[in-house]
Amino acid sequence: MVPGAKEWERYLADFAQLASNGTTPAPPWTRELRRSALDRFTALGFPTTKHEEWKYTNVAPIARSRFERAESTRNGLTAERLAPFTFGEQGGTRLVFVDGRYAPALSALPDLSDGMTAGSLAGVLTADPTALEPHLARYAACQDHAFVALNTACMEDGAFVSVPAGTAVPKPIHLLFVTTAPEKSTVSHPRNLILMGGGSRAMIVESYVGLGPASYFTNAVTEIVIGENAVLTHDKLVEESDVAFHIATTQAQLARSAVFTSRAITLSGALVRNDTNAVLAGEGGDCTLDGLYLLHGRQHADNHTRIDHEKPHCSSRELYKGILAGRSKGVFNGKIYVHQDAQKTDAKQTNKNLLLSEDAVINTKPQLEILADDVKCAHGSTIGRLDEDAIFYLRSRGLGLEAARGLLTYAFASEVVSRITIAPLQGRLDRLLLARLQSLDGWSGASGVPA
Amino acid sequence: MLVIEDLHASVNGAEILRGLDLEVHAGEVHAVMGPNGSGKSTLANVLAGRESYEVTRGRVLFEGRDLLPMSPEARACEGIFLAFQYPVEIPGVSTAYFLKAGLNAIRKHRGLEELDAIDFLAMAKEKLKIVEMEESLMTRALNEGFSGGEKKRNEIFQMVVLDPRLAILDETDSGLDIDALKIVADGVNALRGPDRAMIVITHYQRLLNYIVPDHVHVLLNGRIVRSGGKELALELEERGYDWVKADAGAPA
Repeated sequence: MVPGAKEWERYLADFAQLASNGTTPAPPWTRELRRSALDRFTALGFPTTKHEEWKYTNVAPIARSRFERAESTRNGLTAERLAPFTFGEQGGTRLVFVDGRYAPALSALPDLSDGMTAGSLAGVLTADPTALEPHLARYAACQDHAFVALNTACMEDGAFVSVPAGTAVPKPIHLLFVTTAPEKSTVSHPRNLILMGGGSRAMIVESYVGLGPASYFTNAVTEIVIGENAVLTHDKLVEESDVAFHIATTQAQLARSAVFTSRAITLSGALVRNDTNAVLAGEGGDCTLDGLYLLHGRQHADNHTRIDHEKPHCSSRELYKGILAGRSKGVFNGKIYVHQDAQKTDAKQTNKNLLLSEDAVINTKPQLEILADDVKCAHGSTIGRLDEDAIFYLRSRGLGLEAARGLLTYAFASEVVSRITIAPLQGRLDRLLLARLQSLDGWSGASGVPA
Repeated sequence: MLVIEDLHASVNGAEILRGLDLEVHAGEVHAVMGPNGSGKSTLANVLAGRESYEVTRGRVLFEGRDLLPMSPEARACEGIFLAFQYPVEIPGVSTAYFLKAGLNAIRKHRGLEELDAIDFLAMAKEKLKIVEMEESLMTRALNEGFSGGEKKRNEIFQMVVLDPRLAILDETDSGLDIDALKIVADGVNALRGPDRAMIVITHYQRLLNYIVPDHVHVLLNGRIVRSGGKELALELEERGYDWVKADAGAPA
C-alpha cells in the first residue's frame, strides 16, 4: 500500500451517485447518515495489518482492486440456476438479491397475513423511510470499522424483515445474495435490517453465493434487533466464488430475555471476514455464536466475534470450529466484554481447529475483559491433527486411509452442522460436507485458488 | 490359515515380541494368555497392522499370503478382525454409517454387491439381537459415552456384521461383569465354525469358561513358552504364571 494513496476515491463517485440518485429525493436523515459515514471512511481508510483488529488479515488486495458497482442487469439469471442454493418447496419467504439489488422475479414472498414485513430495504427507504429511522445504522458502528462505514455510505439495497410482536414465523426466511460477476470486477454493499418484535420467533438464513469467473467484493452489514423474549436463529452461509472477497458485519442487539443463535459458516471465498457481534442489553438474554470454516488452497477466513454482556444474568455460548487444508489461513478472535453491571454472567467460548496440512495456519485469540466480579467465564482453544488411533480403528474395519480421514474430518465439522435446526439447510450442508470430505485428498489438495 | 514364524516387533524402539511362533488352522480357537507386558496386545496390533508397531524380523502368512506388507484396511478386506481392548470413541460418526462403510468396502473386495441403507439396517438389526443391544446403538455416535461393557459388545456386534475369517479378541473380557461376559461369549460362539479361526487374548481364565479354546498358549517376554489344551488355562488360573516363568527359565 502506497502511503497517502486514496484507494477509496473511486467509492466517492459511487457515493455521489447514490446521494443524488432517483426520482424520489432521499430523506435528509439518510443523506446525513451517508455523509457522516463517508467522512468516517475517508478518515479511517482501509485498515492495514498494523491495525490490531486486522493484524492477520491483509485487505490490501481489496484496496488495490478497481471494483465497480454492477450494472442493473440480472445477467440472465434464472430460478433454475439458483435452485441448488434455495430450499425449494420446503422453503418459506425468499428474498433474492442479484449483484446487490432486489430481484422480485427470483424471490418468493410469503403469505404476509400475520403482519410480517419482508422485502427490499431500498423499497422501504423510498416508500416509508420513517419506519427505518430509529434503527438503521444505529447498532453497527462506523466509528472504528472502515468497512461498516463504507457500507453505510454506499448502501443501496438489502433485506428488511420485520416480525411483529407475538408472531412466530414457522418457515425459515431466506436472504440470498448472488453475485454474477461475468467479467468486470464488481462491488456490492448489501445492507440488512431485521427487527424482531417482543415475543416473536423466526429463523433467518443469510447466504452469499458467487456464480461468475470474475473477482468481486461483497461488503455486507446486517443489523438485528431482538425485542423482549423474542427468539431468532440466524444462519449465515458464505459460498462466495474462489476469487471473491467477502467482508461482513452482523450486529445483534438483544433486549431482556431475548434469545439469539448465530452460525457463521464459511465454505468458500478467497478472503472472508465475518464480524459477528452481539450486545446483551437486557437482563436474562441468551446468545449462542457458532461458526465453522472449511478452508483449502490459499483461502483466508477471519472470524471476529464480540459479545457485550451489559446486563446481569445473561449467558453466552460460543463454538467455532475450523478445518484447514492446503496453504489456507484461518483467524479466530473472540472477545467477551463483561461490563460492570453484568453480574451473574455465564460465558463460555470454544475454538477448535483441525489442521490437515503442514502449510495451513491458524491464529486463534480469545480476549476476555471482565469488569464485574460475580461471573462465570471460560474459554479454550485447540489446534490439532486427526487422531491416529481413530484412523487405525476405522481402517481396521475396512475403510481406506482417505475415507477414514475424511470421515473423521466430517465428524469434526458435524458438531456445528448438527446443531442447525432448519432441516433442509442441515441436510444440504451435511451432504455437501460428506461429498467434500469423503474425497478429502481431492478437496484438500486443490490448489487452483489464487491468492 | 495363519502361520507366524520368528516374529520380532518393537514399539518406540523397545523390542516386545522376540521370536514368536504360532500356527492357527481354520475352525480352531486359540487362547493366548500371559502376564502384563508379555506382548499380548502387541501381537494383536501387529496382526491388525497398526503402523506404530514395527516388525523387525520374521514373517506372517495369512491364507498363504504375506500379511505384513498389507495395509490395515487390506487385512480387514482379507478377513482379519481385531476386537480392540480399548475401542475408540468417535463423536459425530454413527455406528451405522461407519459400519456400513466398512462392510461395503469388504464386500466390494470380496466381489459382493454393496448393501444399500435399507438392506444394511435390516441385516444389522438381526445381528444386534445376538449381542442384546438396542437398535438405538446404530444412530448413536460411535462408542461415545458408552460404558465399558457397551463398547465391548459393540466390538462383538461389529465382528458379527463384518463376518471375518480370523477374529482376534484383545482382552475383550477386561472390565466386563458376568452378564456382559456371557453375552460377549455367546456372540463369539455364534461365529464359531469350520471356516473361521479365532485368537482370544486374555489375562484371565474366566472368559475361557464360556469360550472353550482348542489350544492355549502362554506368552512370556515376547515368546510363546508353553502350549497345551484347555486344561492349561485352568492350571494357570490355579498356579499363576510364576511356575511357567521358572520352567521357561526366563527372568521373573
